[in-house]
Amino acid sequence: MYRYDEFDQSFVDQRVTQFRDQVSRRLAGELSEDEFKPLRLTNGLYLQLHAYMLRVAVPYGTLTAQQLRQLAHIARRYDRGWGHFTTRQNIQFNWIKLDEAPDVLAALAKVQMHALQTSGNVIRNTTADHFAGVARDEIEDPRIWCEIIRQWSSLHPEFSFLPRKFKIAVTGAPNDRAAVKVHDIGLRMHRNAQGEIGFEVIVGGGLGRTPIIGKTIRKFLPKQDLLSYLEAILRVYNEFGRRDNIYKARIKILVHEIGVEEMSRRVEEEWQTLRDGRLQLPADAIEFITKQFAPPHYPERPERVPALEALRLEDRDFARWLRTNVAPHRVPGYGIVTLSLKKGDVAPGDASAEQMEAIADLAEKFGFSEIRVSHEQNLILPHAALADLPKLWPALKVLGLDTANSNQITDIIACPGLDYCALANARSIPVAQRIMARFNELAQVHEIGELKIKISGCINACGHHHVGHIGILGVDKNGEEFYQITLGGHAGEDATLGSIIGPAVASDQIVEAVENLVGTYLDLRQEGERFLDTYRRVGNALFKERLYAAA
Amino acid sequence: MSAPVQKSKEKVALQAVTGNRLRDGAVIFRTRAGAWSTQLVDTETASNEIAAAQLLAAAEQDAKNAIVVGPYLFAVSDQSGELQAVTLRERIRAAGPTVIEAGIAAVQHI
Repeated sequence: MYRYDEFDQSFVDQRVTQFRDQVSRRLAGELSEDEFKPLRLTNGLYLQLHAYMLRVAVPYGTLTAQQLRQLAHIARRYDRGWGHFTTRQNIQFNWIKLDEAPDVLAALAKVQMHALQTSGNVIRNTTADHFAGVARDEIEDPRIWCEIIRQWSSLHPEFSFLPRKFKIAVTGAPNDRAAVKVHDIGLRMHRNAQGEIGFEVIVGGGLGRTPIIGKTIRKFLPKQDLLSYLEAILRVYNEFGRRDNIYKARIKILVHEIGVEEMSRRVEEEWQTLRDGRLQLPADAIEFITKQFAPPHYPERPERVPALEALRLEDRDFARWLRTNVAPHRVPGYGIVTLSLKKGDVAPGDASAEQMEAIADLAEKFGFSEIRVSHEQNLILPHAALADLPKLWPALKVLGLDTANSNQITDIIACPGLDYCALANARSIPVAQRIMARFNELAQVHEIGELKIKISGCINACGHHHVGHIGILGVDKNGEEFYQITLGGHAGEDATLGSIIGPAVASDQIVEAVENLVGTYLDLRQEGERFLDTYRRVGNALFKERLYAAA
Repeated sequence: MSAPVQKSKEKVALQAVTGNRLRDGAVIFRTRAGAWSTQLVDTETASNEIAAAQLLAAAEQDAKNAIVVGPYLFAVSDQSGELQAVTLRERIRAAGPTVIEAGIAAVQHI
């Protein structure tokens, strides 16, 4: 993976020194909160309900074992012994003290990490397919392009005061695991008729209070033109994006208001002034970054493993885990292993310092020292030999990371909600936990099959509820927590937004409501249909009728 | 952090002032002694708008003095004999998250 060069390292170190000075001036009362707030946010430090929260960037969701171990150290030394992996492949620490924040940033810098551009109206951490570089269906590793975007966008002077925040996601595979259609810019790598690899450029997608599926403004962009084209999009947005109303300031509103054709025209026009200029990527620069993402040397390992087959037959839980949590790897004899952070005992996405350290150990032992963070709030060992799985699985079991529920009903995405977040209207985590507790039988979970529940505690939609097969949005109704349900959302290559099924339900009815919807699906489904397939075939009406008849 | 809108329909009789401690972000309440406490029970309350404005003005001075961040008024009730925040948000702020944190027991207050 990418290693900092001298420039990167000295830049990050300088920022730590600068922030240390800013914090000491704030603590001494020399800076007011109004003066200090933009400075701390630039360094990823928010003030939430109970404490400061530090959001640390995990570029394109890739971590080394050494980095994960350092995150564990930070959790233990500066927080309450745990961290929270987010829906944007980052990690948040919820109990950071202001006077210790510079020490935390220094600890991050030691392992080539930082919290820059995890807040504010800038280009945020670029996210990628969490199976990047290893997925069997992949055309090219999207992290190469994420890293190029990272270097271009980090403290880009022209784009430091955008109308609003800006999120880019990249997938190198036809099966979109990075939700590229609900980002400000989504990039999908594919081959054109000539067999060349380039990008489909999708703009103006997003969730939040105005969910919109992104529109394609260019079907094929040659790779060397990526930065000049992105710069053209950002320029058009920077110039024409609205600054009069925070709720209408994202690029999706601009695209919606002027139309995709006009957006495309303005971008192309701007691009003509930029293309083939200083932003054109020379082949050797691409080559240099590509080398940083060179796959590890995979020793040959067997594709058929008798010990694995024996355990599969002997232990149903292992068989289930293989089915849902081990994905096909592009190298025969290897698998991509999802470690579930959705056991239900703690919040979705939470990992203790002990778990992080143990995962770092397992990554070193079984996975070339690499770990991925998924936007679905799980961790991944991207290169596990199939022959090692009978040893890896029991180790995960001891750590409580073995739940065989990847992409199943209990693999719930949830934002921190009113338990932590200053913006939330209702709690998310307890709702997720109650649903997980209701569906705690693995046999039943697997019988239901793929079903993505996504929960947000407010309209800002950090829990991606609009693209949940079942989406749940917490609302405040006269001081009581209620939950609005949407059905049929999906974040894949065939992305759709969910439809509201009817009036919001009270907190004590939400688990029953989910159970009711699942029951309707099980009654109606045809051979081989997932929840989403059945919903798309039959529509809202039957689900609605049965849900509210029961109320 | 901006002050939340009070959602309670009923006229709020009692108000208190809260904010976050500058040094560590902890939720704190302005006490009768003019200091700040992490315990709601010690909080000074105001039963009319004039008293509330005075309480907030004093807290804002503490914000200028780098003690507290973003002080604001919120509704409290002493009807149960014990001082309590009225809204769920403020009850959670006062008592902590309602969920288990990796090994730390949840506070059963909601």
